[in-house]
Order: sequence, then structure tokens, then C-alpha cells
Amino acid sequence: MSNAPVDNGRRRFLTVATSVVGGVGAVGAAVPFIASWNPSAKAKAAGAPVEVNVSKLQPGQMLRVEWRGKPVWVVKRTDEMLAQLAKHEGQLRDAASENEQQPTYATNQHRSIKPEFFVAVGICTHLGCSPQYLADSFAAQVEGVPSGFFCPCHGSKFDMAGRVFQSVPAPLNLVIPPHKYLDENTILVGDDSGAA
Amino acid sequence: MWKNLLDWIEYRIPMMRVANMHALQYPAPKNMNFWYVFGFIATVVLVNQIVTGIWLTMNYVPSAEGAFASVEYIMRDVDYGWILRYMHSTGASAFFVVVYLHMFRGMMYGSYQKPRELLWLFGMFIYLALMAEAFMGYLLPWGQMSYWGAQVIISLFGAIPVIGDDLTLWIRGDYVISGATLNRFFALHVIALPLVIVILVFLHIVALHEVGSNNPQGINIKHPKGSLKEEEKTKYNIHEYYTGKYDIIDDVVPFFPHIVLKDLVAFTVFCAACAYVIFFNPEMGGLFIEPPNFEPANPLKTPEHIAPVWYFTPFYAILRAVPDKLLGVLAMFGAIAMLAALPWVDRCKVRSIKYRSGLHKLNLTVFAIVFVLLGWLGLKPATPTFTLMSQISTLLYFGFFGFLWLYSKNEKTKPLPARISK
Repeated sequence: MSNAPVDNGRRRFLTVATSVVGGVGAVGAAVPFIASWNPSAKAKAAGAPVEVNVSKLQPGQMLRVEWRGKPVWVVKRTDEMLAQLAKHEGQLRDAASENEQQPTYATNQHRSIKPEFFVAVGICTHLGCSPQYLADSFAAQVEGVPSGFFCPCHGSKFDMAGRVFQSVPAPLNLVIPPHKYLDENTILVGDDSGAA
Repeated sequence: MWKNLLDWIEYRIPMMRVANMHALQYPAPKNMNFWYVFGFIATVVLVNQIVTGIWLTMNYVPSAEGAFASVEYIMRDVDYGWILRYMHSTGASAFFVVVYLHMFRGMMYGSYQKPRELLWLFGMFIYLALMAEAFMGYLLPWGQMSYWGAQVIISLFGAIPVIGDDLTLWIRGDYVISGATLNRFFALHVIALPLVIVILVFLHIVALHEVGSNNPQGINIKHPKGSLKEEEKTKYNIHEYYTGKYDIIDDVVPFFPHIVLKDLVAFTVFCAACAYVIFFNPEMGGLFIEPPNFEPANPLKTPEHIAPVWYFTPFYAILRAVPDKLLGVLAMFGAIAMLAALPWVDRCKVRSIKYRSGLHKLNLTVFAIVFVLLGWLGLKPATPTFTLMSQISTLLYFGFFGFLWLYSKNEKTKPLPARISK
């Protein structure tokens, strides 16, 4: 070592420069650790669309299928259920489906492509429980509404179009997954490419 | 020979110096009552969780296909597997019983006040890490309540605006809770969080021994150097690390053996209580192990009624009491943050409840009752009556901190004695 006086400017520059380069390196090294938590290629492949045959579904009945590990409901609604939808809109948080919980083709009163078939992700928008389908005992939850969905976890209530009632914990209507009709009796859940 | 060996070691690593400083010659107030045993017991429970946990991993299979069956395998086919598992599951609940009592002790005797703020904060970090550890451990048996409880808690992060949905996807590693989630929780539960907890406990004890233990009177046992007469100073052999900086009053005893022996008495009682649970009541009426958890996880069927394990229920009740998702989550985390802020919320200079106002005694009593009540409400279904009760209790919970901040500045306190006892 020489006895030359310390060049503080040079020392500061080198300290800052090595710190910055080292910091960039640390961020870069963190990428694999953080990114490895994303869904793997296998998990993404398992999220492929599901075909549902609705030819045997009777009015009022519900069919549950699994899509991306979530329960997806397909309900064939009766005419009375559809007629009821307009009657209790004053008690709903988002009767006109203004929040984007559905594809644009399901932004209507019955929140579906065809009025009779209701396709929804059966997971409560509060904390992810699966609500129960009360086909004819829902009036105990909301007076004057004969059928709907009731979440047993925290008491959230949804009507037959998956629209959430006021004063319950769930903030949003049920999610309508992307879906399309392959033919008269077959629904493809999870893919709506090429659909109207 | 023995002396030579000790000297040989001491020259190379400060074994006796540490033992003297932190146990044999550590000055502990002589009036520490039974509320002061829970730190010791918590340490023993931590050791129990680590040892039984290591043994459980020897037979547990961390996969969605194998987890539930491997727990049953441990229970039925592994020799003494059932006792290892029940020691671990009972230990988890016992840990929280002990930690809650330990925290309430700190609140009663003002142990969070200056100069013990960092000590209190390390404690709060241990509490948070412990909650994360317990939550992740509860997913591992892969029963119905494991699955749906995790579903509810992970969804909490979905309440965060903008990034919420991507964040929950990242935490789960799948579109739903799956084997990917189970495996990462397993890794965090058996390696990452235990390491964090052990390090935090070490820091908690280092901070404690630096500032010294509080006591039920809440008065100092360390006095400025030169302020005490010779006959007022302790006659015990206290380490010069403490006597070099302070005059230690004659109200202390060395931590070992005096305090440790008292702790061991409490420890035997504690062991008897745990033995009762392990041998006769391992599920504790559904509180320690919930009935739906004897059914394997089923993503398509939600149990009728989801309740977290009892030690989370006070905060769960607060979450449910707020009819807005984001605000509910904020209230829940806020409830924990308020506890961490206690050293700054409480502006009183007198520590112990014994010398504080009647108002403070009432406030703390109401807080304790409300906390237990919230815990009970969190176990119940969300009926309108229970929701209203939760809402009132939530207000009272936060009210405790609000009132405390208001009255503690100019509180009417009783005069403090100069000595712990004559």
C-alpha cells in the first residue's frame, strides 16, 4: 500500500457502483425463487376447457362439473325462476352486473347466453366457499324469493342469476366463466374463442 | 482434570461466561409470580414442536394424493406414531394458550413500556410467525377443514386491490389449492418458518436480558451506578456485566436456580394438563382437531360450517363482523397491529396495573373478556345475532386502544414504592 492520500470521491464512486451492481445481481438472483411459485406448465395444462352435455338436465336441476379444480354449476332455470329475476332487483348490490364478473355476452338480466341455462363458478366471492343451491327453500333466507344460492360459511346470498343480495359479506356477483355452445346441447366451459 | 477441561473450552468458546451472564448470575426480580412462567414453558413447547415435527416428517408424505393416508398411517401403523402426532397437535394449541397468557402478562404489568418496546415487538413478530406456522401446518393433514380453511385464508389476499387475484394465484401455485400449495406449505412449515421463529426467540431473549425482566410491581431493580448504599445492594453474586453498569438492588435472585426451579413446578403442572389432552381428549371436543378434518379434502364440497382452529377465532370474528371484504381484512390485521403498537399507544409512565387507575383496570378487564368472547363468536355460524355481537365486540376491542391512548397521558396513578418489598 502506498501512502497516497485517500481519494474520497473515487472511493464513494466505487462503493456506490459496486452496491448498485450487487443490488441488480441480488434482484436477478431472486427471480427464480419468486417465479417458481407461479403455476407450473402442468398446472396450466390441467386448466384446459371442459365440455358439458346438458341434454338430460331437467328444469330446476343443477349439474356440477370441475374446471380448473373449481366447481362450475350448470342450472336449467324454470320459467318461474326467470320471471322472478326482475322482481327483487331492488334488494341486489349489482342488479345490472356493472362489475366485470362475467364476459360481455353474459352482461344481461339472466347473466347467461341462453336464458334457461345458467353457467357460473360455484365459489362465493367473499372467501371462496361453495354456496348451496336452494331450489325451493331460499325464501327462509330472503322473503319472497323462492330459489337462490346460500353460502353456509358467512351467510352470503345470491339469486338465480348469481347476483349478490345486499347486507351480506360477499362484495360481488358470482363469476360467470368464459363459455360457449358447441351445439344445441353441449357447453364448453373455459373457452369462448369465436363466440359472439 | 475437570477444571482443566473447562479452562481449555473457555479459552476457545465463552461457555461459562454465557451461562453465568444469562442464567447463574442473571439478576431476576424476586417477586416474579406465576404469570412469569409462560416464557419458559413456551420455549419448552417450541422444542417439543421441533422434535415431534422432525419425527412426523419421517413418515408423512407431502402430496395431495398421499398426505391424508400418510397421517392415518402414522396414527395406525407406525409404532407410537399416534403419540408423536398428538404431542404435535396438542403442542400447537398449547403453544397459543401459553403465548396468549404470556402476552396478557405483558399487558397487565406494562412490560411493553419503555425500555422494553423492541422486546415487545420481537414478541409480536414471533406471534405472527407462529400464526403463519400453525396455519400452514394445519393444511398438511389434507382434511376437509385443512383445505377449506386454507381456501378462506388465502382468499383474504384477494381483497388487496389490483394485485389481489394474481397474488392468490402466486401463493397457491395453481388455480385452486392443490398439491403444489401443499408442497410449498410443507417446505415453509418444516424449514423456513421454524428457522425464523428460532432466530426471533433468540433475539427476544437477547433483548430481554439487555433491558432486564419486568416484575409485578413494574419498578426498576437496576439503579444508576453509585445511587444505592452498600447495604441496599444485592448480596448475590451477579455478573459484572450488570453490576458494572448499574447498582442492583437487594430485590433480585439469580435466574438459575431460583426462577428455573419455580418454572419447573409450573412445567410439571403444564405437562399433566397436556398429558390429559394427549391421552384422553386429543381432539378437545373439536377445538384442537376439528371433526371435518377426519374426511379427506374435497375441492367440490364445502363443509357445512367453516371455522378456523380456536386460536385464530378472535381475529376471524373481527373479519366477519365487517360487511366489506377489504375493510374486514384490514380490521383483522389492524387488530394485530394495534397490539404491536401498544408501547406507543400507552402513554402512562407507570407500568403495573397494581398502581394504575381504576379506569385502566376496567378497560383491561373488558378487553380480556371481549377477546375471549370474540374467540367464542369466531367458532359460531354467522347468524344475525352473532354478527351483531361480533360487531359490538370488535368496536370494544379497538375501543380499548382508543381509550388507553386518551386517558394514559394524564392518568391518576398510585405512588410507586421504592422497593419491591421491605
